Amino acid sequence: MAKIKGAVIIDTERCKGCEVCVVTCPTQTLALAVEVNGKGYHYSYAAFPETCIGCANCAVVCPDGVITVYKLKVE
Amino acid sequence: MTEVKAKDIVKPENLAYKKSKILTDNVMHYCPGCGHGTVHRVLAEVIEEEDLQSKTVGISPVGCSVLMYNYLDIDIQEAAHGRAPALATAVKRLLPDRFVFTYQGDGDLAAIGTAETIHTCNRGENILMIFINNGIYGMTGGQMAPTTLIGMKSSTSPYGRDVATMGSPIKMADIVALLPGTCYVTRQSVNTAAGVRKLKKALKKAVEYQRDKRGTCFIEIVSNCPSGWKMTPVESNKWMEENMFPFYPLGDIKVPKDS
Amino acid sequence: MEKELKLMKGNEALAEAAIRAGADGYFGYPITPQSEILEYLTEANPQATTGMVVLQAESEVAAINMVYGGAACGKKVMTSSSSPGISLKQEGITYIAGAELPCLIVNVVRGGPGLGTIQPAQSDYFQATKGGGHGDYHLLVLAPASVQEMADFVELSFDLAFKYRNPVMILSDGAIGQMMEKVYLKPQKKRSEEILPWATTGKPATRERNIITSLDLDPERQEKFNLKLVAKYREMAEKEVRFEEFQTDDAEYLFVAYGTSARICQKAIQLARAQGIKVGLLRPITLFPFPKKRLNELGSKVKGMLAVEMSAGQMVEDVMLSVNGKTRVSHYGRMGGMIATPEEVVENLKIFIKG
Ligand SMILES: Cc1ncc(C[n+]2csc(CCOP(=O)(O)OP(=O)(O)O)c2C)c(N)n1
Ligand code: SF4
Ligand code: SF4
Ligand code: SF4
Ligand SMILES: [Mg+2]
Repeated sequence: MAKIKGAVIIDTERCKGCEVCVVTCPTQTLALAVEVNGKGYHYSYAAFPETCIGCANCAVVCPDGVITVYKLKVE
Repeated sequence: MTEVKAKDIVKPENLAYKKSKILTDNVMHYCPGCGHGTVHRVLAEVIEEEDLQSKTVGISPVGCSVLMYNYLDIDIQEAAHGRAPALATAVKRLLPDRFVFTYQGDGDLAAIGTAETIHTCNRGENILMIFINNGIYGMTGGQMAPTTLIGMKSSTSPYGRDVATMGSPIKMADIVALLPGTCYVTRQSVNTAAGVRKLKKALKKAVEYQRDKRGTCFIEIVSNCPSGWKMTPVESNKWMEENMFPFYPLGDIKVPKDS
Repeated sequence: MEKELKLMKGNEALAEAAIRAGADGYFGYPITPQSEILEYLTEANPQATTGMVVLQAESEVAAINMVYGGAACGKKVMTSSSSPGISLKQEGITYIAGAELPCLIVNVVRGGPGLGTIQPAQSDYFQATKGGGHGDYHLLVLAPASVQEMADFVELSFDLAFKYRNPVMILSDGAIGQMMEKVYLKPQKKRSEEILPWATTGKPATRERNIITSLDLDPERQEKFNLKLVAKYREMAEKEVRFEEFQTDDAEYLFVAYGTSARICQKAIQLARAQGIKVGLLRPITLFPFPKKRLNELGSKVKGMLAVEMSAGQMVEDVMLSVNGKTRVSHYGRMGGMIATPEEVVENLKIFIKG
């Protein structure tokens, strides 16, 4: 069965930790880091990268445009 | 099934989403989770996908988005508070083949700039007005806006908006939809991925209608102001869904007759 | 094409001259005593001939902000109004000055304050020459004294506005706006199709985006910008001062007057000289920059200067600053739409001479 595998690249230094992507992700792939970035924000990261389906919902709602999404069909 | 590693997925040919190059690399000054950034991003995508960079003149308001010109790689004029539609009127009349839009907050468009808004729509200027309704004066620190909901607290309605003394929230989109000059009036939001995608479609329609000289397009975006509302971004989106959307229902208010 | 001679009202001559100067846009709102400008332009309908846009805005505020938008496209745009309307335009004017944009603003002055009167006055001198709106800025201000100058100053204003990227004001008054005189009109100029490098007309791949703004949140940069404006105004003061002198060679006394008042003073000079009083006139044509240097020189020659204005005494302050105590300076003015007669000016000159 063909399956879509996704991956997100988050520019964590530009992330403002708003969490909007986290609650939007249908597969609970993302979480806010315990650590903070240079601006003091708990940045978003792919806590469970293997669950990502590359739907881009996170990137589409990110106000700061810091998420890039890739996806691949795997047989 | 073989295991797929991230490095196999992260390849240019597998790109599913990347911010538009019309959005500059400047870090936006907006508060975390603020809808302004999302709307800028979608607008940038539409300008890129419609190949409009060399044809676009945008007008920024006075409000949190006053610095829009730092984030969009297009020619931009920064207007006085509420006057963006007047600038846009002249730009469009003098350069009729350009894509002209204003980007305005609710204080800007629905309070100080009411006259410019109404008359620009009434003349049916072939421009797009993008209206960010966050129910508050974000930039100046959370004062009451004409769109502030009944009972909603702000720094100048500390006991909640009282209709008897402060009037009722104004529904600008419904008002301008009554004017013959507008061809397309719609209310959208950017708190969900589906909402953002709908907004993008609406923006593309507005581009098309402007190209066809159909009249004024007016896209309201019911948005959040986590700082002004004193909520986290996620709370603010929830509050918006529960309180703003019932009063400002999403969807098309007016569409061109033959569309 | 030859120059054309016509009999016209000042307001109409200015409107026709705007079309012929190749203006791209006019945005106005009716108010007496300048409505003829908008009326003339809507009737002439230059959109059909030269392509000039003419639009009746919903207010003076909208009109000046249309001018702001048009000027930001590098277009030759203008507005006109009279005093109460010019007060409303001040917001837009300061933004235009702050964004360093060229445009023409015409004020056909009427008496104030408030709604005042519809009759002519010169009571907006301070507002015109000292900035008018908020912030440190100046307009370049031209004061016509005839219908011919109403026409001629349009093209001159656009030239100066684009040379300095600064708003220019024609400060007229109800008398000059309404009077009929013969006027030579220049032939029609073609509208410019040039796209100016700083203009917001859509960003091609070949240049950075253009941003038109008056905002800078960094105080150091903002001060630098303020200093740049100061330097610009200084350059105007060096290069753009315009004035006219009448019978100053042997003058013992000097009238200083602009616009309608200058015309009255010319007549008053004849009357006074017939009575043996050697009086001349300096007529500032640019009110900003003001002919300070020349007045200072004349300050060493004459026994006194009388500023004659249709105001409570506004330009007289610049005359005083110019002569810097070298000679006596006083003021005679009528207000509220009243215009002094040459006889009354001579009487007041005599009182001034007595001291
Ligand atoms: C003439 C004038 N009056 C008042 C202000 C102060 N001011 C700046 S932004 C603003 C309100 C902005 O609110 P809104 O349009 O809703 O934009 P938001 O910041 O919420 O996006 C006000 C009152 C100003 N800059 N100019
Ligand atoms: S692409 Fe979709 S699945 Fe992957 S992290 Fe983003 S929202 Fe979640
Ligand atoms: S939506 Fe964007 S800015 Fe907000 S937490 Fe996610 S990645 Fe960071
Ligand atoms: S104050 Fe409100 S509208 Fe302004 S950037 Fe912050 S959240 Fe956005
Ligand atoms: Mg607001």
